[in-house]
Amino acid sequence: MNVLSHISDIIIPILLFYIIGYGLVSKVKVYEAFLTGAREGLKVVVDIMPTLVGLLVAVGVLRASGFLEFLSGLLAPLAEPVGIPAAVVPVILVKLFSGSAATGLVLDAFRTYGPDSYIGMLVSILMSCTETCFYTMSVYYLAAKVTKTRYTLPGALLSLTVSAVMSLVLARGMG
Amino acid sequence: MLNYLWAAMIAIGIIYAAFTGNLEAITNAALDSAGEGISLCITTAGVMALWMGLMEIAQQAGLVARLTKGIGPLLSFLFPGIPKGHKAREYIATNIIANVLGLGWACTPAGLKAMEELARLERERGNPEYLEDGLQKTRGRTASREMCTFLILNISSLQLIPVNMIAYRSQYGSTRPAAIIAPSILATLVSTLVAVVYCKCRDRGRHKNVKAYNGVERRAA
Repeated sequence: MNVLSHISDIIIPILLFYIIGYGLVSKVKVYEAFLTGAREGLKVVVDIMPTLVGLLVAVGVLRASGFLEFLSGLLAPLAEPVGIPAAVVPVILVKLFSGSAATGLVLDAFRTYGPDSYIGMLVSILMSCTETCFYTMSVYYLAAKVTKTRYTLPGALLSLTVSAVMSLVLARGMG
Repeated sequence: MLNYLWAAMIAIGIIYAAFTGNLEAITNAALDSAGEGISLCITTAGVMALWMGLMEIAQQAGLVARLTKGIGPLLSFLFPGIPKGHKAREYIATNIIANVLGLGWACTPAGLKAMEELARLERERGNPEYLEDGLQKTRGRTASREMCTFLILNISSLQLIPVNMIAYRSQYGSTRPAAIIAPSILATLVSTLVAVVYCKCRDRGRHKNVKAYNGVERRAA
């Protein structure tokens, strides 16, 4: 597991070095290109700002009402025997439908348990290795006007389950 | 989808609070969370600007294009049924690379284009459901095996650097926000591998049907 955290530590410096170096060698005006891209990045953030406000309010309301604890308590007897902390189950379920709503729950977990705790690591990895299943399917299949999706859903759910199991194992190793 | 989910979260929260006598906490939570949304965006903005700036360099240097070309053999393995030079391959490659590099804005448009091209491929194969008047004559379109594989791969989400998550972690005081990179890549690799094996197994029984479509096409020609 030490190897994993070591790789994590060096990957960003290596990418910085490699991409800027590659740019220089290809005679790109690297700094100007960087500024153009960074400006674009800021626009993306401004675009997601309303989403984050809306979803954090929704999660904040749920948390303050005590409903999240209630739900976790309800799910605990089902989830904990398989090693999933009850607080993580809502994240997994909501992530199937909406990435940004799941982000709201993840941030709530960061606030409650801390991002470096076992639960914090677990939800971080979980969010990074899965994609919003139902949303992606509906948008993409709509583009091709397909209604019968055959084995897409079982395949997607299988891969998401593997991701969840891997996240559990790896987060335990890191924590 | 999000309309109902969002409304349900707020409605459940308020109703539950009303029953447990927690309503005054809701006011504070709503106001605080709104402010938190903005301060979160400010931290994220730095990381996003940095990443997108780097990616712009990679793009202008032709690195992204090279990667897109470079995964050609992988595409041939994953989608043996798509002829070389078909537009679908190009869009699928762009989508996969954009996914890996976390270029969210480039993913979806390329993905949607890829789906349209895969539909065209079915039409070229003579699949009756995909012909111009096919939608009226048949009972809806069935996904092709390429579509299933593409969607499953997309959902298993290959991502090199989970940029957003790292930003959020540092905002909430993580001592090592980037520590999740390697475990995330490993988890994604394993789940994607399982997805590929699953798709390959499910693909097998379909070859007969494709031949049948080709027969239709030949007769029509």
